[in-house]
Amino acid sequence: MKQMRANKRSTEQPLLSVEDLKVTIQMDNAVLKAVDGVSFTIEKGKTLGLVGESGCGKSLTSRSIMSLNPKECETTGEILFNSSLDQKLKGLNILDLDPTGKKIRSIRGKKISMIFQEPMTALSPLYTIGNQIMENILLHRTKNKKEAKQIALEMLRKVGISDEEKRFNDYPHEFSGGMRQRVMIAIALACNPELLIADEPTTALDVTIQAQVLELMKSLQDELGMAILLVTHDLGVIAEICDEVAVMYLGEIVEKAPVHEIFNQPKHPYTKGLINSMPILGTGKQRLEPIEGTVPLAINMSHKCGFYDRCTHRIQGICDVQAVPETQVSSNHSVRCFLYNEHEEDEQNA
Amino acid sequence: MLKYIIKRFLLVIPVILFVSVIVFFVIQLPPGDYVTHYAAQMAAQGEKMTAQEITEMRQNLNLDRHWFIQYLLWMRDIIFYFDFGHSFNYNEPVTAVIERYMVLTLVVSTITMAFTYLVAIPIGIYSAVKQYSIGDYIASAIGFLGMATPNFLLAIILMYFSYVNFGNPLLGLFSSEYEDAAWSWGKVLDLAKHMIIPVIVIGTASTAGLIRIMRAQMLDEINKPNVVTARAKGLSEQKILYKYPTRAALNPIVSTLGWTISSIFTGSTITAIVLNLPIQGPVMYEALLGQDMYLAGTWLLFMAVLTVLGTLISDILLAWLDPKIRTEIKGG
Repeated sequence: MKQMRANKRSTEQPLLSVEDLKVTIQMDNAVLKAVDGVSFTIEKGKTLGLVGESGCGKSLTSRSIMSLNPKECETTGEILFNSSLDQKLKGLNILDLDPTGKKIRSIRGKKISMIFQEPMTALSPLYTIGNQIMENILLHRTKNKKEAKQIALEMLRKVGISDEEKRFNDYPHEFSGGMRQRVMIAIALACNPELLIADEPTTALDVTIQAQVLELMKSLQDELGMAILLVTHDLGVIAEICDEVAVMYLGEIVEKAPVHEIFNQPKHPYTKGLINSMPILGTGKQRLEPIEGTVPLAINMSHKCGFYDRCTHRIQGICDVQAVPETQVSSNHSVRCFLYNEHEEDEQNA
Repeated sequence: MLKYIIKRFLLVIPVILFVSVIVFFVIQLPPGDYVTHYAAQMAAQGEKMTAQEITEMRQNLNLDRHWFIQYLLWMRDIIFYFDFGHSFNYNEPVTAVIERYMVLTLVVSTITMAFTYLVAIPIGIYSAVKQYSIGDYIASAIGFLGMATPNFLLAIILMYFSYVNFGNPLLGLFSSEYEDAAWSWGKVLDLAKHMIIPVIVIGTASTAGLIRIMRAQMLDEINKPNVVTARAKGLSEQKILYKYPTRAALNPIVSTLGWTISSIFTGSTITAIVLNLPIQGPVMYEALLGQDMYLAGTWLLFMAVLTVLGTLISDILLAWLDPKIRTEIKGG
């Protein structure tokens, strides 16, 4: 299994590789393991969806990449960003950089940018959107204000804001939710980043607007060629734009596969549960199947599988005693569940 | 925007007229009037006024008329002659008395206010940014102590220390040799020296309060998502701090600036009495004690007008600072 990964790395380096990322939060008398050994890679120009319930650590995972975690968090692991434009960044672990230092600031907003869930609060109500777009253009692209304004106007046009000359001087409260998210996208993409992290970009929007925003992100990806890490709890969003999906549960990635495989051949009981709890249009009679129980708090966890208490396929004596290893089901499909452990052994024996 | 200001300004006039009636009503409410007070004073000096003398004096001063007539007469003089009446205590026009104390009152108040804001805002920001650090704890402790200590007590303590260490309690605003001297560098220096205790005493409580407000505002703003957005753009921490949380946290503070106007013109009373400061507060206090109704009435009216104007200024400042309110005004 390890060999296979090594082989893959040697052929072509992925744009972003995250190895054994751990985020822990020191509580009064316990340690909360919010992210517990997450590894994944994103290829240049591709989209990875990170899906999971609230509190599973997906947001902290995405913020770790830009070293934006709150100071209460202790973040360890390795995050390598292989910019094709900046060779100096090769082999540099982002987590080793000073989170307020110059180096990381030259990556933020320029090589990697981010859009957030709530476009109203993510923009400052006190400055015009023009001011807020120009901010990172002036920081990373040009010192010339006129030129920066031209770039900003072009970005606004690109994200579908008409009458951009006038809208440039408007304040965020004068925009609707969908328009604000378009502004956020314009800000994020203003410096042609190689990676865009979208943290629940459509959660706060109406369904019709959601589709528009996703469509916009997709077309901009085709045009600008950036990779996207899409964090969401919405499998519908995943289906729409992702190439690959990583399902997170309780700080761990429990299943990782190309998007069509996740939907057609889900392996992990949790992934199956997620898909079953999704409404399907046109099959009105079918009842939704919720996953029973709630996500436990990741404090003082024993070795057992985090999903054990809610799992319908649990094997007593195995799932609750041993740490669950990652099993490779096929070359690009891995799952963290004992149900498939034997399967692998069978294959190896055969 | 201009339309809004004019509209608000016109609304101020009826409010002030209404307030002036109430002020006058309240001023003449206590039993007796200036003449009773005067007669009592004369009696204390051994001169007894006859009943006829008392009635005559009352008639001369219009004090025997109904209070509303007195009010109308007072208002007529104010509106047509800018005459706010005669101060019985000082035996000169009210405006002259107020004028005499105004400059020093303004000097003391503005310096105190500048001290308050200049000290409180940076400490508040520091306290929020370094929340739960030793510096934050020290600032909080001093803040609570400052709020809880009564001003006059602090005044007495500081005067005591000044007397013990420098042999001078620094009473008043000038040393005796400069009291009536013309303005010179020596006098200014002397004033500056005498300002230290009043500024600390009057300023401490509001400084302490402002530190708490600024800290709470900053903590609110620092954790807002727009700060994370700014960080994700690659801005430096310092630039983020000034442009986003500090600017946003200042809004409520700047917008309440208008309300402090009335206190700037009136100055503090109890502290001024303890420190023997020649500012408006004690003058007002004397006027109320001595039933000097026109002086007291003018004072109250003046404060009311300043409060109303201060609120107006606050509203305009808020509209100027907050784009959201600006849009509402444009729309309405």
